[in-house]
Amino acid sequence: MAEPLLAIEDLRTYFYTAAGVARAVDGLSLAVAPGETVGVVGESGCGKSVSALSILRLVSPPGRIEPGSRILFEGRDLLALDERAMRAIRGRRIAMVFQEPMTALNPVFTVGDQVAEVARIHARASRAVAWKQAVAMLDRVGIPAPDERAREYPHQLSGGMRQRVMIAMALMMKPALLIADEPTTALDVTIQAQILELLAELQREYGMSVLLITHDLGVVAETASRVVVMYGGEAVEQAPVAALFAAPHHPYTRGLLAAMPRLGLLRERLQTIPGTVPAPTAWPDGCRFRDRCSSAWERCAAEHPPVYPIAPGHESRCHLAHEPARRDGPAAAGGRAVRA
Amino acid sequence: MGRRIGARIVQAVVVLWVVATLAFILIHAAPGDPFGYDAPSVTPAVRAHWRHLYGYDRPLGTQYVLWLRNLARGDLGYSVSMHEPVRDALANALPRTLYLMGVAVVASFALGIGLALFQVRRLGTRRARWAGAVALFFYSLPDFWLALVLLLAFAYWWPILPAGYPVDMVMHGYMAPWPAFVDRLRHLVLPALTLTLLTTAAVARFQRQELLDVLPLDFVRTARAKGLDERAVIRRHVLRNALIPTITLFGLALPALLGGAVFVEKIYAWQGMGWLAISAIGMRDYPLVLAAVLVGTAMVVLGNLVADLAYVAADPRLRVG
Repeated sequence: MAEPLLAIEDLRTYFYTAAGVARAVDGLSLAVAPGETVGVVGESGCGKSVSALSILRLVSPPGRIEPGSRILFEGRDLLALDERAMRAIRGRRIAMVFQEPMTALNPVFTVGDQVAEVARIHARASRAVAWKQAVAMLDRVGIPAPDERAREYPHQLSGGMRQRVMIAMALMMKPALLIADEPTTALDVTIQAQILELLAELQREYGMSVLLITHDLGVVAETASRVVVMYGGEAVEQAPVAALFAAPHHPYTRGLLAAMPRLGLLRERLQTIPGTVPAPTAWPDGCRFRDRCSSAWERCAAEHPPVYPIAPGHESRCHLAHEPARRDGPAAAGGRAVRA
Repeated sequence: MGRRIGARIVQAVVVLWVVATLAFILIHAAPGDPFGYDAPSVTPAVRAHWRHLYGYDRPLGTQYVLWLRNLARGDLGYSVSMHEPVRDALANALPRTLYLMGVAVVASFALGIGLALFQVRRLGTRRARWAGAVALFFYSLPDFWLALVLLLAFAYWWPILPAGYPVDMVMHGYMAPWPAFVDRLRHLVLPALTLTLLTTAAVARFQRQELLDVLPLDFVRTARAKGLDERAVIRRHVLRNALIPTITLFGLALPALLGGAVFVEKIYAWQGMGWLAISAIGMRDYPLVLAAVLVGTAMVVLGNLVADLAYVAADPRLRVG
């Protein structure tokens, strides 16, 4: 891969709560190349959203990014910047689209105002100029009659329109990186497709990188070129999209793929991954997935799996890379399941 | 919109009538009457004569009907205790109350909101906690007690301010414009300070909570993600939303603008509406009591109406069409 635009190295974001230290993100590493779309997938609670907020340093107390974490962006470590320099990056070089377009927009300002505000902060544009740019941007993201819409308030727009407003706001300064955190989860299926298409189109047009966070592998398949599968606050598998769908390595990834509903298989029972994500205050020792894994053996409890290379550009945090014979469970390998 | 306001006005008239009627019944049910006081020269015959003169010997129903009829004509009656028409007594008292309460209400909302912003911006710091403790201290004081203590401190132990009255009752009329103005301000300080300290604490505590409720909302995170600095995030995005519920509090404070503050006005001999109402009740001055009640009620109704309209202006989600 060429020099990455964004490189996250050993990111750890912990929340210091009364119930203990929640290690929401715990050793995440990933990279995004210029112009690339990377999908980050995982169940709720795996640390996807906290990772996204960590990149912009918007984690609020009791959350804290631990020392030793590094987030390199355009050659600079974002975690070493002062607050002022960081503000110059937020909304200008790295922008973010959130999941809930209703609550993510301020109810008491017109959408035009809120989009224009970005230009007023970063380009020091006058009120009139910023407004004009905002209307043009609303037009660009496919909002009909943008002149009138700009004067409306968020509650007057539909969910899909609101998400287009969020995208317009994010793209005002033509950022190098767009972080989209579940951008279509709150929307109807038909609207979802339109929004994803719009994002892909704008990405090509602006040549920006996109970090797409989702729990929906279908969304990843349609838009991303590379996938990072997160579990227990770390990346458990990274691969090009085609490779991940054709030859998933990590048992968790396989479980996710098996749990995907597919057309033509309607009558078959949907598979699920047994158990739930453990609490981030108490990740199991060794492999964090082992309690839910049908292949787990002693080594999984004893040793936290390192990142194993599987193929060029394909990595997996699973000891099976070392001992592939154990894939089909304890019986096949002659061992026994380890349940902590 | 016009129809809604029309309906509210009809509603207001009904409320006024009900309250006035209840007040009429209650004040007449209380023992005594305007001529009940003891004085050597006031013999039972003199009392009966006066009662007849002012119509207080007629059946209560007749008095009520006459009072309502006069009220409809804008005649509020004659105040026996003030020796002037009720209208004149109100005309003297209302501006004084409006002046004192206007200063106190504006100052306490400005200071209270400012204090809340300070506390929220420096959340968790020692200074914010101290500000909160001081606000809580004043919030929990009774108004008459604070008024007495300030009076004792600044008019007696360390006499730098006048003890009472809106102006110097003897000299004010002879003062040149500038000294007269200073005289007015000096008399304002203690009563306004008392009221401001009490209300500021209440406003600050309310506003702080509203700010804290808005702070974790998603759009605040959006504002930060845009690259706004924390000051602008709070001032523009958080405060604008957190001020909406404060409108209700402001609406509740409006009646006091004309209703006055009974204890504070009494203690500082500030002859405003609160002072007038208390002395009218003591003297069983029926028309004056009823007029004070009517003014208070009208202000409550008006305050609510103003608050509702301000809500619509402040929150676009409430606008129809």
